[in-house]
Amino acid sequence: MGIDFDKALGVHPDALRLRAERTRILAANIANESTPGYQARDIDFAAALHRSAADDDAGGLSLDTDGPADALYRVPNHPSQDGNTVELGSEQAAFSQNSSDFQTSLTFVNMKIRGLAKAIAGQ
Amino acid sequence: MTFRHIAQIAGSAMNAQSVRLNTIASNLANAQSASGVESATYHARKPVFAAVMGDPTGAGAGVQVLDVVQSTEPLRRAHEPDHPLANEEGVVFYPNVNTVAEMTDMMAASRAFETNVEVMARVKTMQQSLLKLGEG
Repeated sequence: MGIDFDKALGVHPDALRLRAERTRILAANIANESTPGYQARDIDFAAALHRSAADDDAGGLSLDTDGPADALYRVPNHPSQDGNTVELGSEQAAFSQNSSDFQTSLTFVNMKIRGLAKAIAGQ
Repeated sequence: MTFRHIAQIAGSAMNAQSVRLNTIASNLANAQSASGVESATYHARKPVFAAVMGDPTGAGAGVQVLDVVQSTEPLRRAHEPDHPLANEEGVVFYPNVNTVAEMTDMMAASRAFETNVEVMARVKTMQQSLLKLGEG
């Protein structure tokens, strides 16, 4: 019986990819902090997870990060006159939280790989 | 690859903010450059930023400086007949630079620049830890 690496690693590689994608979107929001008319975007991670869980029937979850529908527009707390919806404080907080989540997913993947290595070595 | 895109996005933002700092430096330096002719007087310069939608999903956008425009605010007129540059009516035109507004703009620009430097630094650590994947 062979080891299916995709199944063995579970949802974590997909979560890691989604976190990296979200980093890019948040970096773009921070970059366009002073661009008039720029509308901040974000991924709803929980919704993406739920949607793929509902679609999927064969156990492992797969997150679809390709579709443009995944990146939604942020609703600003205080709309500004120039039409820019970036609020630097919340973007920085989201960016910081997201990079911690990235490290968490990375740690999970590492743990899975260590487990697999042990199984392969037969310890 | 996502991380290269992030570097490009943050880099474009840093570039745009340094153009903004450049215009601010120019405005502050020329805040007192008087002239006897209205059209020849220095006008405050302002950069115009726009988002660049780099990929088809449109979820990650860099910044570009579309243009640097001159402020249309009225110039400051001063009646100084002794001034060597005064015209025949004794009027000297001073630039329409608002020093206080320029100073606050400078703070905003340098903060925005620093934020993007921080983004780059954080992404670098993320990428480095990703390179160590599977090492233990």
